[in-house]
Amino acid sequence: MTIEQLIWLVPLLPFLGFVINGLGRNSLSKGLVGIIGSGVILASFIISVVIFFSLQGDTQKSHEVFLFDWISAGTLHIPLSFLVDPLSSIMLLIITGIGFLIHLYSTSYMHDDEGFGKFFSYLNLFVFFMLLLVLGSNYIVMFIGWEGVGLCSYLLIGFWYTNSAYASAAKKAFVMNRIGDLGFLLGVFLMFNFFGSVEFSKIFPQAANMLPGNNTLILITILLFIGACGKSAQLPLFTWLPDAMAGPTPVSALIHAATMVTAGIYMIARSSVLFDLAPFTQHIIAIVGAATALVAAIIALTQTDIKKVLAYSTVSQLGYMFLGLGVGAYTGSFFHVLTHAFFKALLFLGAGSVIHAMHHEQDMRHMGGLRKKLPVTFLTMMIGTIAIAGLPPFSGFFSKDEILAHAFQYSPVLWGIGVITAFLTAFYMFRMMFLTFSGKYRGTHHEESHVHESPAAMTTPLIVLAVLAAIGGIINLPHVFGGNEWLAHWLSGAGVAQHELDLSHSTEYALMGTSVVAAIIALLYAYTRYVKGARVPVADEAPRSALAKLSYHKFYLDEIYDFIITKPLDAFSRFFYRVIDTKFIDGIVNGLGWSTNEASKGIRLLQSGNVGFYIFMMVFGIVALLLYTFLYI
Amino acid sequence: MENLTTQMAGVPLNHYIYLCAIIFTIGVIGVLTRRNAIVIFMSVELMLNAVNLLLTAFSVHSNDPSGQVFVFFIMALAAAEVAVGLAIIVMVYRNTKSIDINVLNRLKW
Amino acid sequence: MEQLLLLIFLPLAGAIITAFAGKSAKIISTVISVASLVLALFIAGNFIPDASTQFEANLPWIADLGIRFHAGIDGISMLVVLLTNLLIPIIILSSYKHDYKNPAAFYALILFMQTGLLLVFTAMDAFLFYIGWEAALIPIYFICAFWGGKDRIRINMKFFVYTIAGSLFMLMGIIYLYLQNPADNFDIQAFYALNLDSAQQGWIFWAFFIAFAIKMPIFPFHTWQPDTYTTAPTQGTMLLSGIMLKMGIYGVIRWLLPIVPTGVQDWSGLAMVLSIIGIVYASLIAFTQKDTKRLVAYSSIAHVGLISAGIFALNQQGMQGAMVQMLSHGINVVGLFFVLDIIFSRTKTNKIEELGGIAKAAPQLAIVFLIIVLGTVALPGTNGFIGEFLLLMGVYNYGIWTAAIAGLTIIFGAVYMLRMYQNVMLGQTNTLTINFKDIQGTEKLVLYIICALIIILGVYPKPLLHITEASVQHLLEQVNQKLTSVK
Repeated sequence: MTIEQLIWLVPLLPFLGFVINGLGRNSLSKGLVGIIGSGVILASFIISVVIFFSLQGDTQKSHEVFLFDWISAGTLHIPLSFLVDPLSSIMLLIITGIGFLIHLYSTSYMHDDEGFGKFFSYLNLFVFFMLLLVLGSNYIVMFIGWEGVGLCSYLLIGFWYTNSAYASAAKKAFVMNRIGDLGFLLGVFLMFNFFGSVEFSKIFPQAANMLPGNNTLILITILLFIGACGKSAQLPLFTWLPDAMAGPTPVSALIHAATMVTAGIYMIARSSVLFDLAPFTQHIIAIVGAATALVAAIIALTQTDIKKVLAYSTVSQLGYMFLGLGVGAYTGSFFHVLTHAFFKALLFLGAGSVIHAMHHEQDMRHMGGLRKKLPVTFLTMMIGTIAIAGLPPFSGFFSKDEILAHAFQYSPVLWGIGVITAFLTAFYMFRMMFLTFSGKYRGTHHEESHVHESPAAMTTPLIVLAVLAAIGGIINLPHVFGGNEWLAHWLSGAGVAQHELDLSHSTEYALMGTSVVAAIIALLYAYTRYVKGARVPVADEAPRSALAKLSYHKFYLDEIYDFIITKPLDAFSRFFYRVIDTKFIDGIVNGLGWSTNEASKGIRLLQSGNVGFYIFMMVFGIVALLLYTFLYI
Repeated sequence: MENLTTQMAGVPLNHYIYLCAIIFTIGVIGVLTRRNAIVIFMSVELMLNAVNLLLTAFSVHSNDPSGQVFVFFIMALAAAEVAVGLAIIVMVYRNTKSIDINVLNRLKW
Repeated sequence: MEQLLLLIFLPLAGAIITAFAGKSAKIISTVISVASLVLALFIAGNFIPDASTQFEANLPWIADLGIRFHAGIDGISMLVVLLTNLLIPIIILSSYKHDYKNPAAFYALILFMQTGLLLVFTAMDAFLFYIGWEAALIPIYFICAFWGGKDRIRINMKFFVYTIAGSLFMLMGIIYLYLQNPADNFDIQAFYALNLDSAQQGWIFWAFFIAFAIKMPIFPFHTWQPDTYTTAPTQGTMLLSGIMLKMGIYGVIRWLLPIVPTGVQDWSGLAMVLSIIGIVYASLIAFTQKDTKRLVAYSSIAHVGLISAGIFALNQQGMQGAMVQMLSHGINVVGLFFVLDIIFSRTKTNKIEELGGIAKAAPQLAIVFLIIVLGTVALPGTNGFIGEFLLLMGVYNYGIWTAAIAGLTIIFGAVYMLRMYQNVMLGQTNTLTINFKDIQGTEKLVLYIICALIIILGVYPKPLLHITEASVQHLLEQVNQKLTSVK
């Protein structure tokens, strides 16, 4: 079987799963729904593996598979076609692989939920759209997936829709994504005007011959980046992601950590040819990425909800990836996408396991001492934490350091921000771990007796992901450690721009040493503070220092947005409706009718009923007409 | 008979015009000043006939019979009008016991 | 030719039969409307997608004035004819749960209106076009005035006078064109061939534009619309929003552009600005509406604003986008109003804050409502996306800033639609919605058909684009040719 024959099955299978589970959500048994839901993803994964290996053995690294003509109008032709190349094939593995693990996990995690069938059908639909996103051979097919995953995110964040706060969070996610989507769409229009096509295979070869700094390219890339900002939760559009934690935890793991939010990075890596030609945009991306990484990390320091910590950590890590993209480390960023997918999915699933054990308690102030109760969860999450903290030899270390090395080369200031963020990351992650797992249980004794380790369907994914998070670094082992940078070579086959590091090995060692030392200091500080000191975050209302308050209240970003955007728009809305529309415009219309009425009221008085008067007026009129005719004509 | 025609043809057109104008004006003044519906009616007839006379005069003057055709139409129309008009007046009289047009001022706003 | 005459007059015959059918009017009108749909599909099946006018009927009518019964179908007409004949059975079916007083008159009026609409959409003679234009207005006036809600007489009076005032400007324009026409007839081809200077074209442009702008409606001619949509019976609202407003759009494409291209070119800037103001303005107003029907009414103004912006951008993408969006908007808005009608018939309220939690009680309704909302907010994979994408692309070719502002519709649309969806469907159930019965019977049928259309047309829009492509291209060529020949 060739790639062309197999590829359409990869998205089709999850779609079938969606249809079957969607239609049978009330009639199929939970077991069957789980088997179908996970089975289709597993099948997709197996096919993806086959495709991956046949692509590896293939000399032709990119296959375009045409399905049908979707939209055509005038010179615009948009086929629905897929592109299989090294970049998309790796994404396929991630989406279906991690997707499968999370589906498996969900069969147990969601088992007692009445919306079990609905949940799996949404999850399958998400995987379908995500696959469409990465498989599309042009920006429009990518956009279908792009918005489709946004829809699934909306559906799954609002999964428990009877809670209106959750429903609001879902809406917020959708709308904020839409802001980015408008940028994306405008970028695509501009691209169509400029290149005459929206196909990757037509745009990139043309762009390759252009000189850097072309103004149109800068505009295109900025617009695309706005799109990425929305989807990948970058400043100033990131506030939806923490709220998105309203969804069930497997959703947070799959959509809001491992796959969907990395779509922006995928898109920019895919378009690296364009971005490489727009240094100005890259500069902006690097700054926005670094700022997001830092701001989100600061917020994460004081959060008390275990999922919120992870959510801000995700935002922060995404900022890292954008920093990497901005400084030209496309491979490094993509590498971080992979490792992040492993350890962040792991951490979320671990958090889910904790929440499951705690009977839907998410506040870390009520946890503590769970290490004995949840040994597997603890162990695997610890691996994830070490990985995200960037301690060698776990995967996060390699990917983070690749980005940092490139950042150093680009601008030491950005590197400095990166290291500070790494320090903060290590601190808040260990803080989370210690608050959750060490010390004494902070709930009632009765509650404590109910805490128990999760079943195998939940722990197996954790273990698999933990292994991946531990060893994932080898896929792009840098030269300094004697590696061959396999991922970089592989991705160059997909046209992802590569920039060699121009640093001596000793500099590289020094940079790594700095970040590792920073992480270790953070670890020790967290240890003394939360294990030795056994400190617990104060209650919501308790007084905090100004900085802690700022962090705890997320820099008041939501309130600021509410004040400068939502409130004024609503005020405008009311003003337009009550004053302009009803009073002014409709007033003119009604005024016309009114004045006609009034005029008729006046004029009808002439109709006195006096026949003599009528006759007189008639004669008068005739005479006047005659006179007019005589005098003027 | 022929004599009469030639004699009449000898009357200059101006005279007919003056006569008709006078009759017509009398009709107009009658309509404007009188309040009795029947008198107004008769004044209207006067005006109609002034026009008839003028039409005939011009018809003879310019040797075009179509003017006289119009006269017949007008006469027929006047007859119909009289029938309808008188009937209305009769009805008005039955209802109001008067044919003073100033009494008929209820047809207003 | 016979097919076309049958197509136009079948509903009229049906209207007459229905008028005397008494209790069985519902069934008879359904049968007739479905038969017209089949006929329209048959015609569409035999339609050759090139720029020619097909199934042409050209019969003498009032010979002395050069008025002929001249009708035909080209790609542009085909789409709106399909829309009309598709929506009428849906609208009739949607009324099954209602017990309107005097049903015979109600259904007869709907069918009568269909004939008027079809005349508008196929007329190739300006006089016939005008007859159809007014013939479509009369039944909808009666439907709204007899079966409408609170304050219906005053509101409908305003609607009627407003639209007819606009039509009179158009009538003046038509008469002027007739007087300028050396062939002394009302034929559209003769009008196309007229050579008017730019001042004349400016006047004709305004005469037609006001009529069409009121019908669509474009900002600032829209104030009749929210009131009328809110008070009309749901079927009336569906007719108005689903089909009738397309008369205005169709008029712009068929009559305004090719007859006075220079006038359009001179004034398209203003028309564009009005359209775009309309998009942002109506979307913003929709944000804080408290009444669901009124919210959808304002959203419809915003959508129509985008359609007209796409048309006045005067390029292939915008124009084809407008064609597709006419159909999509018709389907979506009818779906929305039907859902609101279902909710109203069960809870007796349209107030957003009084509703909530319906999804819990009626999961099926929640799903179809969501699909329709997604179609309205133009999610890729739904019919709304194809139209809005092409429209925005067309507007983009006019200017990047216009596209950026017009594009706000995809953000604002999501805001007000999802706000409504959330407040009506999600959250906790309350006393009004706790016993909400899920959709059943004809409701299910109609909503499933609408949802299927939303998805099918979104995934495979090619047939639609194919039908219109040649005609739109031809029209634009015609316009450009005329523009260059004037210079």
